[in-house]
Amino acid sequence: MTDFVTTIGAERALRQQAVRPPPDLSKIFHDITPWLVPLLLLAVWQAACTFGALSEAILPSPASVLEAGWRLTLSGELPRNVEISFLRAIAGLAVGGGIGFSLGLANGLSSLCERLTDSTLQMIRNVPHLAMIPLVILWFGIDEGAKLFLVALGAFFPIYINTLHGVRTVDPHLIEMAESYGMGPGALFWRVILPGALPSIFVGLRYALGIMWLTLIVAETIAAQSGIGYMAMQAREFMETDVVVLSILVYALLGKLADVIARALERASLSWHPAFQNKSGR
Amino acid sequence: MSAFVDPRACVVTGVEFDNPSRPGASITVRHLARGFGGKQVLHGLDLDVTAGQFLAVVGRSGCGKSTLLRLLAGLDRPDHGSIAFDEGEGTEQKRIARVMYQEPRLLPWATVLANVEVGLGPNRDATGWRSRAFEALSAVGLADRAGEWPAVLSGGQKQRVALARALVSRPRFLALDEPLGALDALTRIEMQQLLEKVWRREGFTAVLVTHDVAEALTLADRVVVLQGGAIAQDFQVNSPRPRRRGDRDLAHLEEQILSHLLSS
Repeated sequence: MTDFVTTIGAERALRQQAVRPPPDLSKIFHDITPWLVPLLLLAVWQAACTFGALSEAILPSPASVLEAGWRLTLSGELPRNVEISFLRAIAGLAVGGGIGFSLGLANGLSSLCERLTDSTLQMIRNVPHLAMIPLVILWFGIDEGAKLFLVALGAFFPIYINTLHGVRTVDPHLIEMAESYGMGPGALFWRVILPGALPSIFVGLRYALGIMWLTLIVAETIAAQSGIGYMAMQAREFMETDVVVLSILVYALLGKLADVIARALERASLSWHPAFQNKSGR
Repeated sequence: MSAFVDPRACVVTGVEFDNPSRPGASITVRHLARGFGGKQVLHGLDLDVTAGQFLAVVGRSGCGKSTLLRLLAGLDRPDHGSIAFDEGEGTEQKRIARVMYQEPRLLPWATVLANVEVGLGPNRDATGWRSRAFEALSAVGLADRAGEWPAVLSGGQKQRVALARALVSRPRFLALDEPLGALDALTRIEMQQLLEKVWRREGFTAVLVTHDVAEALTLADRVVVLQGGAIAQDFQVNSPRPRRRGDRDLAHLEEQILSHLLSS
């Protein structure tokens, strides 16, 4: 009986050891978990193509997409188009986001300015900006100006609205405290209002990044002579499905990259925020 | 009694500020009136606070205690009447007064030290601000937390930072708007001891608004009962300091004030 109990105990101990590998291994496992499903899907996709379940014309295999990427990188076509799309996205974000940020601050700080502009902006906001494409083409042709305008318009509103909201929702108790300690308007802005609005501004930025890529994809597929969207449309003409899939993946990667950068910025500048503090930091 | 008291909170270190014997401000209030939307909160209030006095204002909720304190601290303007410091009008209230609020009101995005530095006001660019902020932080026993974010501090520690912020500019008048109301009982006792200690050392005039009569009697030289927008009763508290909890005279006085409040 005793033997039996000890055996169970020993077996349980063994099993626990097996379930709980050494700390490093479990950490590695923890880090790769999010990638397991994508890798599995990729493997299934490759297998389906290799064994002929999927025709190359419908969906080329991951290997041929990679190969297309390599081919276009060597020819310089892919880097050139990525660069053009990237510059368009950044320029549109800088223009639209910059105006949105400035107007958001101005309207959050001055009620006169808000009364003057906010209702107009809210009316414009209700126009889906992609509905402007025909008009934009009439205005700018299929120039860079058209893409810049559309991306800027798309990125403007999320940043405007969230900056305004952020400035508005700064704790009035903190403002009263700062004023009672003799902070002037400048110090009040830099030390209380802007840091208080920052979490909301970052929400706006990440939202704007999403709209930025979406707008760019639509603009480049409809009216462009360069860029990733143009590359995809060209490939469609020649039935190069691998290049089309490649373009889609490049868009996805660029979008992910932008989000990672925005998150890193957020973490660096909001390190005071309880949501960004590790619980062990006590 | 001292078994549960954090020694760092009580032992005020031997830090001396550059001007240790700066006196508190005397306050003269005449015919003070303030109303909000047709409801008259204070009317015809007269009050004299001598320099360096620790005055407690008690009363039921909504009796106008906080309104009075906000007026004294210069956070609000009276409809009628006057508030004068040092028997002379026109003294800039904001330069004399510091406020400790019910909530700590720390800037969450500034380190503990930078929050104390806010208390220096416009002089913060003067040389040596960092060491002055650090001294104030040591005086409340939090020098070792200087570089941390307020979010990791406990409620009592946050109020200690707020106290250091209020004291760093060596105010001549400290307005306390129920600053200990949200703390647990033990932290409250520690904070009361700390407050009494810094008040005795610094010599500023203090006005504490509270609905806790026992707290008022532990800390104050004088307790006034506010009722219907004016001062209804005025008690001198002459028990020696530091005061012991359960003191017979204080208990008697507490009973008197409470029965007055309850019958009102």
